[in-house]
Amino acid sequence: MSSESRGRVRARGLVRWESALVVILIAVVLFGVAESSTFWSTTTIFFGGLDIGQVAIMALPMTMIILTGEIDLSVASMLGLGCAVFGYAFEHHTGVVGAMLIALAVGAIGGALNGFLVARVGLPSIAVTIGTLTMFRGIAEILLGQSEVSGFPPSLEQIGIAPIFLHLAYPFFFFLVLAAIYGVVVHRTAFGRSLYAIGLNTEAAFFAGIRVRRTKFLLYVVSGVICAATGIIYSLQAASAIYTAGTGLELNVVAVVLFGGISIFGGRGSVIGVVLSVIIVGLTEVAFTTINISSQEQQVIFGGLLLLSVVVPNVGEVRNRIRGRVRRAAPPVSAGGGL
Amino acid sequence: MTATDTDATVITPQAPAAREHRLAATIARFRPGVIALVILVIFGLTTIRNANFATGASIQAILSIAAVYMLLAIGEAMVIITRNVDLSIGSTLGLSAFAVGELFTHDPHTSIAVAFLVGIGIGAACGALIGVITTLIRVPSLVVTLAALYVIRGFVNIIGSGIQIEPSVFPQSLVTFGYSTVIGIPWMFLIVVAVALAAAYWMYAYPAGRELYAIGSNPAAAALAGIPTTLRVFTVFVISGALAGLGGVLFDAQVATVNSTAGTGYELIVVTAVVVGGVAIFGGSGSVIGAVLGAILLQVINQALVAARISSFWDQAIAGALLLAAISFDRLLAVRAARALVAEKGVSYVE
Amino acid sequence: MRFSTRNYARAAVGLAAGLSLAVGGTALASTHHSIKKGLLVYAIPKDTVNPYEVIADNGIKKALGQLGGKVVVSSGTQDTAAAQQPGIQAAIQAHANAIIIAADDPSALCPQLAQAQAAGIKVISFDSDVTCKNHLFINQANTKQIGASEVDLLGKEIGYKGQIAILSAVSTATNQNAWIKYMKLELKKKKYRGMKLVKIVYGNDDPTTSLTVLQGLLSAYPHLRGIISPTTVGISTAAQYLDTHKSLLKHLTLTGLGLPSQMRKYVLDGTVKEFELWNPANLGYLAGYAAANLASGTPLKAGATFSAGKLGKYKILPPAGGVGLSVVLGPPTVFNKANIRKFNF
Repeated sequence: MSSESRGRVRARGLVRWESALVVILIAVVLFGVAESSTFWSTTTIFFGGLDIGQVAIMALPMTMIILTGEIDLSVASMLGLGCAVFGYAFEHHTGVVGAMLIALAVGAIGGALNGFLVARVGLPSIAVTIGTLTMFRGIAEILLGQSEVSGFPPSLEQIGIAPIFLHLAYPFFFFLVLAAIYGVVVHRTAFGRSLYAIGLNTEAAFFAGIRVRRTKFLLYVVSGVICAATGIIYSLQAASAIYTAGTGLELNVVAVVLFGGISIFGGRGSVIGVVLSVIIVGLTEVAFTTINISSQEQQVIFGGLLLLSVVVPNVGEVRNRIRGRVRRAAPPVSAGGGL
Repeated sequence: MTATDTDATVITPQAPAAREHRLAATIARFRPGVIALVILVIFGLTTIRNANFATGASIQAILSIAAVYMLLAIGEAMVIITRNVDLSIGSTLGLSAFAVGELFTHDPHTSIAVAFLVGIGIGAACGALIGVITTLIRVPSLVVTLAALYVIRGFVNIIGSGIQIEPSVFPQSLVTFGYSTVIGIPWMFLIVVAVALAAAYWMYAYPAGRELYAIGSNPAAAALAGIPTTLRVFTVFVISGALAGLGGVLFDAQVATVNSTAGTGYELIVVTAVVVGGVAIFGGSGSVIGAVLGAILLQVINQALVAARISSFWDQAIAGALLLAAISFDRLLAVRAARALVAEKGVSYVE
Repeated sequence: MRFSTRNYARAAVGLAAGLSLAVGGTALASTHHSIKKGLLVYAIPKDTVNPYEVIADNGIKKALGQLGGKVVVSSGTQDTAAAQQPGIQAAIQAHANAIIIAADDPSALCPQLAQAQAAGIKVISFDSDVTCKNHLFINQANTKQIGASEVDLLGKEIGYKGQIAILSAVSTATNQNAWIKYMKLELKKKKYRGMKLVKIVYGNDDPTTSLTVLQGLLSAYPHLRGIISPTTVGISTAAQYLDTHKSLLKHLTLTGLGLPSQMRKYVLDGTVKEFELWNPANLGYLAGYAAANLASGTPLKAGATFSAGKLGKYKILPPAGGVGLSVVLGPPTVFNKANIRKFNF
């Protein structure tokens, strides 16, 4: 199979999954309307956006990182650290803007640490970011301990209770703006194409002149900053800063990105898929909660959907491979699914 | 063979550096020994601060509390060595722990042997399901086991919502077993050590076990070499699941009261322990013994922080920094060991 | 001393009575509002799986069942504020009459709860309070009294002498921190000058973490005489450890807040002599009645009274000691060998 035709097959698979996401989205909406009398309302858009906001924003830097074949499990802890630093600085009279800047700077430093260890030292990102996951949360705990900081300017706290315009919640609006930027960068620039190149074949990308290390380093720094910003947004939305903010969200973020069709091996997927995934997950949560499907049942359904997202695109491949193996006895590429 | 990796530089033979690097190579080879040394150092430092840390009771407690993590680390290490990962173990442990509790609730006369078999069986079944999906449909194990983490935990939460298995439900012999000792060593620790030794021996002495390393180093080459990769990977997932199931029963024995939240969040703790223990996250190297020692190390640190009267707010930051130190150290050793190899044999090194 | 309306006024003549006479003089005379039929109440526990929470939810359901209303339980599987948010939103969308919440974070949910209030929903917190405005807190027991009685239970058993420690839940847990605050205050009293609080450790309500910090505690303070664990996971895990290490019992005493069902075994075999707790089902039941009454027109102000079915009459207490308007379920029950068989929650 020539690389060109393989590329076309891949593109077709991609289209398939995104179409599947659109179908799922329509199904979720129809389901919500049929089952709940309150689902078809503007509040659904507002509340759904408010609830999924943090995960949605963090999903974007995660998308880029996974596209290059790496991962960042420290995102939720960085949210917590951003929240804690913001609260801590605010409490120490730096002013709101000062506190924001300090929190963003800490985000950049944390991201740079991840980036340095992954891109420069060459350590496996999953191990590095599990380490920083623990460490960032730990530093947040040292900073705030059991205290909770509140008293932010009420005008800023509006982001937790009022829509920015129409019925869009602030966090979700930020997500959409960022998603548009990410969409353009990933799909319309050389930089974006280089991410796919790195994800598909790091060595080839390197020899093609792509600055692999610098790119990866940059992605982690951006991830740190955006996640710290999410921490600030969370603090304002909740009108309080606490070190435990966002605990455990990292796997949700990864799950949302993968459900959006980004391959865990990198090099495959699109920003629009992630946007669809975010909207589906957000709406599903609202729909399920209004018709009182318990959160434990939601866990099972969500896990099932995640599995579906990787099984469905693979079914064709499995069939092809079995046929291919019979015809050509081609060796399998990897044992099991790999990481 | 030329260097093809982006980060690799072609290293020319350098004989004088060989001796220095040979030390690094030796250390790399005896990674478990290094971890054991680190454990002893932390233990010693804490004991200087607080002599009471070195008492029998204290050591027994460390070993018995660490036992469940160690058990999970054995299975996780085997999975990771094949270049896969199992994030479902915490949920599987919870399912097993809760189901065994329910078993005793419904039939108080259930024998302990049956309880162990049920726990292990449930875990093995979960592992088999994950193994099938991973190997046959070729879905990345990270995604499959992440999905399984949600599905299995959701399932336990559905069947166990609001149910607390009380301590009196479990037979006395099971719950005393949680801390009972033989010649001063906790039974639970001995069981886990036996499992670890068996696993280590299998991976060292049996072709099937050694093949796990081959699969992890180069899956395609392993398959070409005639290794039944699908069967091997399936097997390690069953083993990992079964050990998580066994961990569930040990969890019951230790805490004697259980609800549907048992084992929440254990997956990342265990992956941390395995990586600290020197198992490469991308497979192909490391050992079960190292992983088990990694689990002990984490437990020693957590307990030492309290025993040394350091504010518990520091726990997480220190644990995280330690993990980073461990993998950086590993990398350093790997690079030096490789250089030593180059210096000795005069071959260029491909990362 | 029972903290029902009648006796409370007599017992706490000072602050409470003074304020309620001034503020609620008219409220006391307010007519009883009949409960509206078909009330919809959203119960948002800390999570939907923990037995304690589920017992309390069932209490709420029982109350609304008696009053002809309906309860919807909605929360996450883990104790995070983010997981409780959708439940509040669902209540708004369903035009619920009241929300009863056990908050996972004292402040983070206030913006959402304020929206609920703006939509005409009465907000009642129970078990774990919120810092928001205009809500009623159904306190499981007088916070100060819990702090004091925990110290007293332990003091009695160890002869008011020696080092003591606290094994708590998560370091940010609202309830535990409030009780610990009062424990510390109580320890300043002359009676307790022989007792020294040496350390507070946090087991994060996870059995293994609780065991780890407990063991660290025991080696850090070998002369420890007593441990107070004001959380059900902490006390049951510690009890199991002591039960299997009986030699420790010679000098170490454990008490705290625990579920009788979880602790029965340890009380009967002498590992733990006494501990206390309120009845979570009654707590939910009272919260259910309070919600129904507020939603039916009972004013939210100090001195207002309402009837809580089998539990009798209750009066809304004025803000005091960092707690806003509240109703106190009653003094906690102290469990020991003599009575523990009688309780099955």
